[in-house]
Amino acid sequence: MEREVESMREYYDSGKTKEASWRASQLEGLRAFLTDQQHDIFHALMQDLGKHHLESFRDEIGTLIKSLNFALKHLKQWMSPGKAELPRIALLTSAEIVAEPLGLVLIMSSWNFPFGLSLEPLIGAVAAGNTVVLKPSELSSASASLLASALPNYLDNKAIKVIQGRPEVAEQLLFQKWDKIFFTGSPRVGRIVMSAAAKHLTPVTLELGGKCPAVVDSLSSSWDREVAAKRIIVGKFGACAGQACIAIDYILVGKEFASTLVELIKVWIKKMFGEKPSESNTIARIINKQHFFRLKNLLSDPKVKESVIYGGSMDEEHLFIEPTILVDPPLEAAIMSEEIFGPLLPIVTLEKIEDSIKFINSRPKPLALYVFTKNQSLQGRMVSETSSGSVTFNDAILQYAADSLPFGGVGESGFGNYHGKFSFDTFSHQKGVLRRSFLTDFWFRYPPWTTTKFQELEASYNYDYLGLLLVLLGLKTSPKRL
Amino acid sequence: MDSLCFSSFLSGSHSNFCVLRSSPASPVGSSRAFFYNRLNSKSFQKQIHFNHRCVGFYSLSCSATLSVTPEVEEKQAFDAEKANLLVKELRKSFNSGRTKSYEWRISQLESIAKMLEEKEKDITDALQKDLSKPAFEAFISEVSQVKSSCSEAIQELKHWMKPEKVKTSITTYPSSAEIVSEPLGVVLVISTWNFPFLLSMDPVIGAISAGNAVVLKPSEISPATSSLLANLLTEYLDNSAIRVVEGAVPETTALLEQKWDKILYTGSARVGRIVMSAAAKHLTPVILELGGKCPGVVDSNINLQVAARRIIGGKWACNAGQACISVDYIITKREFAPTLINALKVELEQCFGKNPMESKDMSRIVSPSHFGRLVKLLEEDKVSDKIVLGGQKDESKLKIAPTILLDVPDDSTVMQEEIFGPILPILTVDNLEESFDIIRSKPKPLAAYLFTNDEQLKKDYVQNISSGGMLINDTILHVATKGLPFGGVEESGMGSYHGKFSFDGFSHKKSVLYRSFDADSTIRYPPYTPQKEKLLKAVISGNIFQIILSLINGVV
Repeated sequence: MEREVESMREYYDSGKTKEASWRASQLEGLRAFLTDQQHDIFHALMQDLGKHHLESFRDEIGTLIKSLNFALKHLKQWMSPGKAELPRIALLTSAEIVAEPLGLVLIMSSWNFPFGLSLEPLIGAVAAGNTVVLKPSELSSASASLLASALPNYLDNKAIKVIQGRPEVAEQLLFQKWDKIFFTGSPRVGRIVMSAAAKHLTPVTLELGGKCPAVVDSLSSSWDREVAAKRIIVGKFGACAGQACIAIDYILVGKEFASTLVELIKVWIKKMFGEKPSESNTIARIINKQHFFRLKNLLSDPKVKESVIYGGSMDEEHLFIEPTILVDPPLEAAIMSEEIFGPLLPIVTLEKIEDSIKFINSRPKPLALYVFTKNQSLQGRMVSETSSGSVTFNDAILQYAADSLPFGGVGESGFGNYHGKFSFDTFSHQKGVLRRSFLTDFWFRYPPWTTTKFQELEASYNYDYLGLLLVLLGLKTSPKRL
Repeated sequence: MDSLCFSSFLSGSHSNFCVLRSSPASPVGSSRAFFYNRLNSKSFQKQIHFNHRCVGFYSLSCSATLSVTPEVEEKQAFDAEKANLLVKELRKSFNSGRTKSYEWRISQLESIAKMLEEKEKDITDALQKDLSKPAFEAFISEVSQVKSSCSEAIQELKHWMKPEKVKTSITTYPSSAEIVSEPLGVVLVISTWNFPFLLSMDPVIGAISAGNAVVLKPSEISPATSSLLANLLTEYLDNSAIRVVEGAVPETTALLEQKWDKILYTGSARVGRIVMSAAAKHLTPVILELGGKCPGVVDSNINLQVAARRIIGGKWACNAGQACISVDYIITKREFAPTLINALKVELEQCFGKNPMESKDMSRIVSPSHFGRLVKLLEEDKVSDKIVLGGQKDESKLKIAPTILLDVPDDSTVMQEEIFGPILPILTVDNLEESFDIIRSKPKPLAAYLFTNDEQLKKDYVQNISSGGMLINDTILHVATKGLPFGGVEESGMGSYHGKFSFDGFSHKKSVLYRSFDADSTIRYPPYTPQKEKLLKAVISGNIFQIILSLINGVV
């Protein structure tokens, strides 16, 4: 592994990956991989997670193609240096910010969106001109092996490598020196990654999770209510069966609207997934036995079990869990303190919807906050009084697809961000470059220090041009000491 | 580990309160380890009560009498428990939402501006005490920098705080979106001794602008400035949200055990690693401002006098080379080296006179241990016969004359470690392109300088040399340039600050997406059908024509 890393560094030093044409060709290669291998990708996701191919396209392939198109369209613009404005006193001086690649970077992705969460950061790393090692999760093994076997046919293998393996391999990888580590996963492993990175002073981006709340205000029009219910269902059960870091974790709703909302969700679950969701093939399954039992355990507390008002059936053989709704489970139970990451939806009722602000603020900062409301003052309060990676009004998940918005967490949900230009920036160093000419030189910058020099300096730092001129002409003397 | 005492700085022995700073035996680490005593006779009354404790807690004890102080000090050592209480208190203030308001931020910034006006003399005095920094130099490189960064923040704050509207695409249509900057919470700023005022206040201004509660831990190696900061910030700022904790390793360790929402550390790469490891336990993002060997490449086709002065300005006139962005070494053409050395000699005399050891216009070395470290660099076998200028040293005054070394071997300590002092090695090469290999064989520096009129060389330098920042035909100035981020890369650090970048560094960029309930398309929802798939593909590829076709076919 060390030799491999060494050879990738040498390749980076050759400067090949810095060329705009190289970057574009790699992005095009990625796009070709997604179109050519579409059916194998569908197949791998079906094998790993039982994802319906339309869901796979919507959440992974399609979103990636969109991001690639966006990156290819803007690459030149991203790469060109940004000019910085200078004060007038900086005569014959120019300043710019040059984005340069960091070098050799490591991307460690997760199993729930094995293509999306591997390739979305890869787009940024390649666009920024880095060499990259991608370590997909071993839990989604079919996807990982497809990435490892097929990607090399489309990309420059000297610069981009996929390394598969179990946690021991990840550990070995973390031993190496990287110029950036981009990690998607749990806060627990995030801490391990950052500790390892500290040894080499490697900057990290951590994309973690958290319990993402959806606050639902009383909605008066029946159209709004239905749209909200549909979006909640897709934001929970439709995104990898709730196994998504931005999936809705739980709902906060005012007492008087709770029953209306619950009924609507029940109706629409049936409309979308049919009477027997296990047979509809439109909901993903749980990734493995371990996670299946983790979810089962969340319901094992008798008080939690009592609160289940819909669904709850589990098929261990097929690792399938039916969309399940709980109303007011005990707040100290595991289901309300751990990230659920599965198709169980607790609904917590509050006296009034404004109480949700306090509720959210008393818990770790989530990666996403969803608020369904038309009340603009509540919208304003939600933005200014709570903290989360992002806030989405009247929808869920969709913010992931917005190229113009940074995607990333805060507090326990991680730090650093990506998507669109932010991905490029995440994998770049912003080098400030200042160019000066020899023609103007202020002698008052250098010792020996005299009172006149002090005045001139003070004037120039205050950009007081008239004062500077007067001092230079000897027309002004300083009232100051020194 | 060297253990040294500032004997000349001690006052009455009954009140000596020494702290042992122990650290692993790395060269820089051990040089920083020493006994110190922050008490000197002049400012004794004022300083003694600020030893090893958080100022905000005991502001009443400032006027306590001398005799009771030792016991008070013993009891009130700043430990993890105290640190925990402090963070809790600040978190309470932050959670009250007060620090988020524009009014609070601007009032604190204006107080800082007022403090800078009123206490300029005290600040330059403290810097004189800690580093013999000439008042003029202290003004240029510290006070005026803090002033301009404070006034920029006051001027721009409204603009910085404004949510940034962004465009949305067809994938999320119809919607509107903005990026909101929100404060991170309670942040920690750990600063250093070489620019003890600037490197403390500049990040604090950023943290306040962004609406955070902040704890500043100034360096114990510059005790006068540390104590002044503790006094001034207590006097001028809101102590329920802004605090100073003075102290050394034990205090810093106690602070690092706490959960912060951001840590900005300025100092060495060795301690940077410790800070980042501590931060990892709490998933705290860090900005690390470290150093490195900043190279200066000097071409022969230049205005020699101006270049020589600018090199002096970025080396000896800049805290005697004790700056993370000062020119560490120079690379020039073999045949040009004598000319360059001669020019430096002439201009050095202009600046510091015939006997630089007597000049009041150059700072001294901060501490005996750093003095010893620098002397060791010069006394190394391979180096001692390479001195072409200077070399004089005076241990009692902690002064080292501007010293130039010619062609020291690359494996000498002076070429392996950051020099951080008034010693300038000049390396010669046959052609300037070779300098690229020399620079690239070392860790990435915080700054890289180039003096040339050759446009192609400028272009190649910018393209091929990776460094935190870069400045062509001058030194240091780029860090005072509005609009440029200041920060390192690789061994020279991560993250950046200054101006708007400080604000951003202490903010979380929250994306906010507004959607309406109207125009809801069913393609996103199960049950999934082939028609939905077709439309979805069209939407994603942004192909309007296909979308219309699918719509005509009656999918939605």
